[in-house]
Amino acid sequence: MSDTSPAFRIGTGAGFSSDRLDPAVDLVEHGKLDVLVLECLGERTVAFAHRDRLADPKRGYNAHLDRRMQALLPAAFAAGTTIITNMGAANPRAAAEHTLALARKLGLKGLKVACIEGDDVSQLVSLDQALMDEPGKLADFQMPVVGMNAYLGADAIIPAIEAGANVIIGGRLADPSMFLAPLMHRFGWDAADMPRLGAGTLVGHLMECGMQVTGGYFADPGIKDVSDLAHCGYPIAEVQSDGSATITKLAEAGGCVTPATVKEQLLYEVHDPSRYLTPDVTADFSRVDVASVGENRVRVSNAGGQARPQTLKVTVGFDAGFHGEAGVSYAGPSAQRRGRLAAEVVSERLRQVHGMTADLRVDLIGVNSLFATAGARAAETEDVRLHVALRSRAKEDVELMLWEVESLLCCGPAGGGGFRGAITPCVVTKSVLIDRERVKPTTKAFVA
Amino acid sequence: MTTPNKKPHRIVRDIAHARAGDKGNTSNVNVWVYDPADFELLKRVLTAERIKQAFPALIRGPVQRYVIEHLHGLNFVMQSALEGGVNSSLNLDSHGKSFSYLILGLSLEESAGA
Repeated sequence: MSDTSPAFRIGTGAGFSSDRLDPAVDLVEHGKLDVLVLECLGERTVAFAHRDRLADPKRGYNAHLDRRMQALLPAAFAAGTTIITNMGAANPRAAAEHTLALARKLGLKGLKVACIEGDDVSQLVSLDQALMDEPGKLADFQMPVVGMNAYLGADAIIPAIEAGANVIIGGRLADPSMFLAPLMHRFGWDAADMPRLGAGTLVGHLMECGMQVTGGYFADPGIKDVSDLAHCGYPIAEVQSDGSATITKLAEAGGCVTPATVKEQLLYEVHDPSRYLTPDVTADFSRVDVASVGENRVRVSNAGGQARPQTLKVTVGFDAGFHGEAGVSYAGPSAQRRGRLAAEVVSERLRQVHGMTADLRVDLIGVNSLFATAGARAAETEDVRLHVALRSRAKEDVELMLWEVESLLCCGPAGGGGFRGAITPCVVTKSVLIDRERVKPTTKAFVA
Repeated sequence: MTTPNKKPHRIVRDIAHARAGDKGNTSNVNVWVYDPADFELLKRVLTAERIKQAFPALIRGPVQRYVIEHLHGLNFVMQSALEGGVNSSLNLDSHGKSFSYLILGLSLEESAGA
């Protein structure tokens, strides 16, 4: 059971593109970490990053990169903690160059930044390619492609670790691979040792969403209480050479690590627990043991693994125009009836007066919004909000929707107030597969 | 769901906790009992058929249930259940993050419908 060799300590300092920064600073200053992973990329964020890069070739990386690096680099460099991140998004080279300039400005002489490229496969994938998990092919969508990124695995990251980089920045690095790569390097796990790769992938999977394993996204007052949620800490994994690990957090941080928080994350976004596909391994989480081994300490072991897929998943982003949302609120007696009338008025105006055919949805927040399609309906409430959403290739359609909803202030039912409306670019993503032999990741290192 | 009932009855939230995740247009919700003694009840009440029948307009595809016997949990994989998925749905919660509470709101009465 127990291993006396020192554990390898990996922390997570971001679990999504807009995750918190101050608890990451606490972790890097007090966590005695070997590695800090900043996981900042999703299917949507990579597609939006491509749009940013099209607008400005020096952009296209995570919007918080500058502030994150500014806050984390000095302490990480001093502690000998390697930072591994996919904040490069659609432009890892620009992200690495920016980080290098920042390191120089901070006086971190000798700091080495490595940049991993090669995930952009837009020159390799044909629009006749069949979709991964639904019928049809890419060309069916007839929308402009904004980017195509293959998920890179640990084999793309290890050369940067071997090069001695202090900061490793990639684009579409697969989330668990950013944790597995340093484990393979530290413990000398063979790329064909599938049970160990499965174990390292389990560590990555539990850690990749940050606080979702330390009490974030868990609290339900009265039945699942989490102490000091406002100061929730990011997780630390103490990993042994056999791949078993203890998930914990800084003692002074808020949140909690319990078998329950770990189990919820164990199958988060997992379908068949015995076959979790990554670029590195087909991981088996179906027999994982989860045991409390102390306050805020949970040990996980017994993950398995089989051969990795011969293909890599590719996220393809399309420019789908614009998404608009707008709302007006009604409160007090008859609020529901007035809200419902407002919904009828807006729908009729957009469909019949303006002849609009774009995708439209009208909800009454407080009555039935999130669960409307599932058929739910709340009891009588006196505080409802009309919520209108519309997507169209034509921005004018979306602008017109906002105008119609705002017009309810004078032309709709009595007592409506609080109009807000926003228009955001809309990206649609689809997945295809590519033979992994066709994807050639590269590493380039820079020294401050 | 707060459909008024004549007498209070137990719901899944009384004995279990859950988390929802999304991949494309497929939603998965994992459900875990607090007390292992309740796991047999959970397995009897929360079948794949029950979930599919409870939300026919929402879940357009098949529902698969995986049982994690030793950890006392169930994982439901619901295909074509996200109104197109995070980038296509016009639902405020386009990820279907709130679906965990859709399932936690189901009745534990063994003869109950949705």
